[in-house]
Amino acid sequence: MNLTFIDWLIMLLYFVFVLGIGFGLKRYMKTSTDFFLAGRAIPAWICGLAFISANLGAQEVIGMAASGAKYGIGTSHFYWVGAIPAMVFVGIFMMPFYYGSKARSVPEYLRLRFDEKTRGFNAISFAMMTIFSSGISMYAMARLLETLHVFDRPFQQLGLPASHIFHVSILASAVIVLLYIFLGGLTSAIYNEVLQFFLIVAGFLPLVWLGLKNVGGWEGIQKSLPAGYTHSWAGMGSPHTNPLGVEWFGLVMGLGFVLSFGYWCTDFLVVQRAMAANSMSAARRTPLIAAVPKMFIPFLVILPVLIAVSLPQMTADPVAGIETPGIAPAGIQAGKGLIPAKIDESTGQVRLDRNGNPELDYDLAVPRMLLHYFPTGILGLGLTALLASFMSGMAGNVTAFNTVWTYDIYQSYIRKEASDAHYLWMGRMATVFGVLASVLAAYVATRFNNIMDMLQLVFAFVNAPLFGTFLLGMFWKRTTGHGAFTGLVTGTLAAALHHGLTISTGAVAGIKGGWIGITHVYPSEMAQNFWTAIWAWCTCFVVTILVSLVTKPRPDSELVGLVYSLTARPQESHLPYFKRPAALAVVVCVLTVLLNIIFW
Amino acid sequence: MGIDIRLPIGAMFTILGLLLVIYGLVGDININLIWGLVLAAFGAVMFLMGRKGSALRQ
Repeated sequence: MNLTFIDWLIMLLYFVFVLGIGFGLKRYMKTSTDFFLAGRAIPAWICGLAFISANLGAQEVIGMAASGAKYGIGTSHFYWVGAIPAMVFVGIFMMPFYYGSKARSVPEYLRLRFDEKTRGFNAISFAMMTIFSSGISMYAMARLLETLHVFDRPFQQLGLPASHIFHVSILASAVIVLLYIFLGGLTSAIYNEVLQFFLIVAGFLPLVWLGLKNVGGWEGIQKSLPAGYTHSWAGMGSPHTNPLGVEWFGLVMGLGFVLSFGYWCTDFLVVQRAMAANSMSAARRTPLIAAVPKMFIPFLVILPVLIAVSLPQMTADPVAGIETPGIAPAGIQAGKGLIPAKIDESTGQVRLDRNGNPELDYDLAVPRMLLHYFPTGILGLGLTALLASFMSGMAGNVTAFNTVWTYDIYQSYIRKEASDAHYLWMGRMATVFGVLASVLAAYVATRFNNIMDMLQLVFAFVNAPLFGTFLLGMFWKRTTGHGAFTGLVTGTLAAALHHGLTISTGAVAGIKGGWIGITHVYPSEMAQNFWTAIWAWCTCFVVTILVSLVTKPRPDSELVGLVYSLTARPQESHLPYFKRPAALAVVVCVLTVLLNIIFW
Repeated sequence: MGIDIRLPIGAMFTILGLLLVIYGLVGDININLIWGLVLAAFGAVMFLMGRKGSALRQ
């Protein structure tokens, strides 16, 4: 597939505006608050779109689309069950503490509420996690551009081998993200995330329209796919009657409560966007505003891939070789709709799963749809939208890293009494270090894929119990720092122990579990992950309560503004109805319930 | 802070839309023309809202 002048021009236009925003904001970065917290001056609608866009990285656009192709509309549970309720909760109940306490980061809230060791545990694990997430995002983007072969011709013309595409992609994305964050700090990241959000919608919306027109709308998809792929709740009574392999309780408790609340309510990457808002009311509305586009993202990400798998085989490749760059003909023939099968690089044969069926390369679902339906011109827009999603994910991680590093690690443990100008300088240096470390992580992913899987697993263990600590800390004033820290550590150990003692059907003991011994076999890896999170959260919750009961709590006077019972309720009766968080929350909940019913 | 974000977003989408419209008219569903018009209109509205917002603040 060869891009033309117009496609390159669209990509160039995007990069010019992204960098232009960074340069335009440089002169406003006078204090560390300007750089790390956007001066707490951003309107709610901008924070809301940035809140959602920071989460629209590679894992979301490519990963969720791949899940959509694999599991069908059931993937929408990650939005309508696994995101919206938590976003409503953080907006209504938790933002008053985050924003009202004047904490500059989530780890700093933990220090104010508990103690230094709890903050340190959270800050260090979070800082490492953001670097690896950013690196994985970079790696995924470079690998995708290499696979699509869209840059082959310009590289040939420059006399460069195609193998350099991977390195140039990583370097170019790193330099652009570094420049606009270094210059404009969090404000630049937030502004660019808003631009990237609109670009992602603009790039994917015509794809949905063309695809639906081609397959005969939603009815056409329903006719060509098994019922389990077009109903989100109908088969959830048993793990054996739905493509996810999870029963409703595991889904609601594991995904809808533990994992989702653990991410949306405690992950500084997204909470930072709300903390940059210009008022308490705006901070509370930020996740609620974000929830509206979030609930419709499945139509941009999952629907196109359902179209891709429902297309008949012959439609997939009217002109073989032109729309299938870099994909072996055997992979096309053994594929499903537009999704090619994976090819074993050593043998050149189609890779088969344990049932003898071809293993499909679901990660290529969205790019293949773009190449299939988009002519030059709008193809440039679609590819730019993909790049924008990767870059917004990277930038979100880097801005969260530079804040946590500067405030929660450097200022707390290395240099406590420096000037504000020094911390501003350190924030910029942390941005440089964060981007360089992300590049290193991307290369680690190319050489040691198993190490990255292992790190992801360890971070999952650390994250699973986190919401238990926050829930007790915010809503039970008796919770102590010793209780919180012990709960976090034992919750993490419980997650590791559960993972080590269980496995999913057909998996081999090791990175997929069962590395201590096998006491239980789950019907799917997803079910195993959800139950690992449930065990971790329950352990953390119980241990935190028990240890808190035998240790000395802090006096009430020190907890004002940090716990529910000692904090004045935000007064919002003077606001018009459409600006009241409670009214917005009701609208969001009603819409979410409706979507669940429509796609039941 | 500093810049009204609707100005650069509006400008970018207006230029982007016009590029697609021109390519749709002179190039070899004409999705470039249709989607270009939609994006240019969106960009123009966004830009005008940004200018109005900036003027009100000053």
